[in-house]
Amino acid sequence: MLPRRTKPSLWSGWQIVLLLFWSASALWAVAPDPAPGHGTNVFSPASSPAKSIKDLSVFVLVITGIIFLVVFVLLVYSVVKFRGRAADAGREPAQVYGSTQIELAWTIIPTLIVVVLFLATARVIHAIQDAPEPVGAMEVTVIGHQYWWEFRYPKLGIVTANELHIPVSNPDHPTPTFLQLLSADTDHSFWVPELAGKTDLIPNHPNRMWMDPQSTGVFVGQCAQYCGIQHAKMLLRVSVDGPEDFAAWMRSQQKPAVEDSAAIAGRRVFERNACMNCHAVGGTSADGRFGPDLTHLMSRATIAAGAAENTPDNLRLWIQNPKAIKPGSLMPAMQLSEADLNAVVSYMETLH
Amino acid sequence: MSAVTTTPSFPNPAAEWHLPSRGKVAMAGLIIAESAIFTIFVVAYLFYLGKSITGPTPREVLETPIFYTICLLSSSLTIHLAAKSLERDYTRLFLGFWLLTIALGGAFLYGTAQEWRRLIYDHGLTISTNLFGTTYYSLVGLHAFHVTAGLIMLSLVAIFGLTGRMGVSQSDRIAVLSMYWHFVDAVWVVVFTVVYVLGR
Amino acid sequence: MSSNVITVPVGQAEARPWVDQLHQWLATVDHKRLGILYIGSALLFLAVGGVEALIIRIQLMHSHNNFVSPGVFNQMFTMHGTTMIFFVAMPVLFGFANYLVPLMIGARDMAFPRLNAFSFWLSFLGALLLYFSFFGGSGLYGAGSAPDVGWWSYAPLGARAFSPGHSSDYWTLALLVSGFGSIGTAINIIATILCLRCPGMKLNRMPLLVWMNLVMAGMVLIAITPLSAAQIMLLIDRYLGGHFFDTQAGGSAVLWMHFFWIFGHPEVYVLIIPCFAFMSEIIPVFSRKPIFGYPVMVAATVCIAFVSMSVWAHHMFTIGMNSYANSFFTLTTMAVGIPTGIKIFNWIGTMWGGRIQFKTPMLFSIAFLFQFLIAGLTGIMMAASPFDWQLSLSYFVVAHFHYVIVGGILFALFGAFYYWYPKMTGRMLSERLGKWHFWLFLIGFHLTFDVMHIPGLLGMPRRIYTYEPGRGWDTLNLIVSIGAFIQAIAILVFLTNLIISYFKGAQAGNDPWDAWTLEWSISSPPPAYNFATVPTVASRRPLWDLKHPEDPDSRYE
Repeated sequence: MLPRRTKPSLWSGWQIVLLLFWSASALWAVAPDPAPGHGTNVFSPASSPAKSIKDLSVFVLVITGIIFLVVFVLLVYSVVKFRGRAADAGREPAQVYGSTQIELAWTIIPTLIVVVLFLATARVIHAIQDAPEPVGAMEVTVIGHQYWWEFRYPKLGIVTANELHIPVSNPDHPTPTFLQLLSADTDHSFWVPELAGKTDLIPNHPNRMWMDPQSTGVFVGQCAQYCGIQHAKMLLRVSVDGPEDFAAWMRSQQKPAVEDSAAIAGRRVFERNACMNCHAVGGTSADGRFGPDLTHLMSRATIAAGAAENTPDNLRLWIQNPKAIKPGSLMPAMQLSEADLNAVVSYMETLH
Repeated sequence: MSAVTTTPSFPNPAAEWHLPSRGKVAMAGLIIAESAIFTIFVVAYLFYLGKSITGPTPREVLETPIFYTICLLSSSLTIHLAAKSLERDYTRLFLGFWLLTIALGGAFLYGTAQEWRRLIYDHGLTISTNLFGTTYYSLVGLHAFHVTAGLIMLSLVAIFGLTGRMGVSQSDRIAVLSMYWHFVDAVWVVVFTVVYVLGR
Repeated sequence: MSSNVITVPVGQAEARPWVDQLHQWLATVDHKRLGILYIGSALLFLAVGGVEALIIRIQLMHSHNNFVSPGVFNQMFTMHGTTMIFFVAMPVLFGFANYLVPLMIGARDMAFPRLNAFSFWLSFLGALLLYFSFFGGSGLYGAGSAPDVGWWSYAPLGARAFSPGHSSDYWTLALLVSGFGSIGTAINIIATILCLRCPGMKLNRMPLLVWMNLVMAGMVLIAITPLSAAQIMLLIDRYLGGHFFDTQAGGSAVLWMHFFWIFGHPEVYVLIIPCFAFMSEIIPVFSRKPIFGYPVMVAATVCIAFVSMSVWAHHMFTIGMNSYANSFFTLTTMAVGIPTGIKIFNWIGTMWGGRIQFKTPMLFSIAFLFQFLIAGLTGIMMAASPFDWQLSLSYFVVAHFHYVIVGGILFALFGAFYYWYPKMTGRMLSERLGKWHFWLFLIGFHLTFDVMHIPGLLGMPRRIYTYEPGRGWDTLNLIVSIGAFIQAIAILVFLTNLIISYFKGAQAGNDPWDAWTLEWSISSPPPAYNFATVPTVASRRPLWDLKHPEDPDSRYE
């Protein structure tokens, strides 16, 4: 049992340790990600909406930090200064019922703080949500599915899945990307922390968001609104491309599917089995919309919405036994013979 | 083993100490809770007005049930008169007004049933037809369910009355039950306005 | 003390057959026994919900773990949330309210004892119904048997099309049934407080615990009912072909969100306000001073009740409301922090100038103050809606609400256990085990929930059964999981304390803490009728007046 006399100071010591630990972790979280490539750190914004959010959040953190310190000091002081001592046993302290002035003060000051915080916040809300769409902005329609992302570029005639390519934006001549968010089934949420705050995709409730990334590279994120069993594997890859890279990507996506005569057997397998009920391959008779568009499958780094790398072995496994990669996804096991499976995988491998 | 309880000596009781009747407070609480439930159904009804993709619309199929509304609202008057009669121990008058209340409430339910029959068989409107069907039957049905529950309670009291068990000593309980019945009528005023006046 | 001694022989029942004792407990309408039944069943489900949490934490210890399948994981977080809110927090708070409110107002029982029993058994039935889903619910492969739609069951995920089978229905029915039980208890509490107070106990002389339970009960009436209404609508959709939330028929998924959060937000105040009540009773006694600013504490509580009904859509900042709606809810959410925050000042003001005794109830209360402060501040951070566009649906929000529920509510509850267990059982809980419980739980709590904020800031969403290795979340999740196990050990220490002290604890006597409210004027445990003579009071602290006749509170009120 702890000796009575040292109890209060021991407790204060623990509080100090915890406070230091907490502050250290908070500081560590705030520090920008030193790793090469981009991460998912809310405090490493690369796009205007994310930057405004970060600036606002720093303001809010400073104010709440000050409030915390003030109240914490008062709490520690009162616990230490007014701890019961053996000498006081049997005497009750002065029975104070309240103080109108003090209570007024500690009501008015928080009210003023709230007013300041609210005004600062309202500015950012309007700046982000009511930003007008400039002429020439890139437009993408995002349709959420269980458990993959469909991306359509209506003005460019491109349909792709899971990996979004958008142009980098020069702050002097901004070229933002505006996303229209729809859903084909349940609720989802588009969250790439370093590019913007998240916005939900809700059926029968179109939403709109925008981003203007100012550095190139690959940004990652994932679905943030629980949408079913494989919610965890509905990953997002956003490739922010420089002007030439984006133009090249756009041109290759706008072409119909590569026709490789060596893969004709695989294409027959694809078209004879149920594949075309769900998948589309541009320029062929396959035009299913339930699953991802496969026209340029090989331009993507991952399959199954990021659940596996895009390699022939993974593709093979995915077609034969999707449960092994993403149990609960709506891709059925295709029950193909070895020969058919090899053929169709070879066909997929030609779809650049 | 026995324990000795020492009751401290408290100051003398105040001369007058009146607190509200617990039956009335409890019924008020129930009414508040039920009002919240009805509010949600009314909100859903209003929100979905005009949003049905297919199917009959309110304007096409609804007929304002004026007569049955008058029946229900008059039953508030009759139950009030019944309660007042019981306070003065006029048990026969009480029973008369009480049975009249039940009859009027029953007439209202009959009217609702008639209307639903017409809507289902003549217009093909069911709870699964469209948004209007879902919200209409839910809201009016929830109210009718409360009327039914009320009528069951009123009938129980009627049986007590007919077997000579009702007297002035029961008037507090009757007051509490009347509160519920008045609530049901008040809800109908809201539902009527929302469905038959605003909704068309 | 006093010269007026009434000796009431309390004959302890001769050892009765266990069947009789069991029957007494099952058929009881005594508010004290029902209170203990509520608390006991809550402790049972605390253990069950805790195991579910540990399963979650083991699965998330490192990326790409395979401890449980995705389907089972999704059931775990759904059941954990539903259990903890509806079958742990609400029952245990109703249990304490049931036990304490009549005693504190000088009444012999609640206003409607049979309704009281009915409400308890309804609530217990709801819990059994929910857990029966593990055996009885059926679904498609991957949909599992227990509900797996999250404790909010968002539309259209909860619709027949996306949740086939019956697992979702068990969720809906269990909550409907226990919701009616909650409404019954709330009506009972209000009627008791308004109609059964002892002479002299005007509304402004009631203990703060009684005031706060009155406000809580009022909120239950208008907060639980929207959920009941929404669940009736969901059942109509699932079974009668209705279209309330059927987006294909023009229905709105957002409407479910509004209805759910119109319940969901006031619900969290329903949970925290009784904990404010515990703090408002414990902190004064262990500081040896009256509560600082009683009238403002009452006013602030009532204010919270009203303002909290206007903030619900801060749970929906990401769903695409327009900027005016987002601004409105930002303002109201920040505003509700004001009456909530000033209470912390009132409690510190109570301690200020006092003579603080660091018994276990007070240790938990001081930790509550520290943690509730932090939880409130992270709430203010999320009230700034643009910041919430990043933090919502991430582990930051999970950390925030666990900070409130575990760091606030559970800590306050532990304080209440240590404070009132002597009254309920006649025995003191062991201070030694209490301190072990406190320190272990404090360390585990902070290890888990302080660190948990960080993955949220680093982009980790909630409700994911696994996560990618390259995101920097691995070590953090491991630390979080370790803390969870330390908390589990602390809970075992607590349960051990409860059991051992019942048999071996020191005799408590009427008033072990030298407190001032009416429950301490009778024996521990109280006789079945509570008070031999109904007391009359002249101030907020009737026992202070008796113990200090030279300087009674009644002189100053």
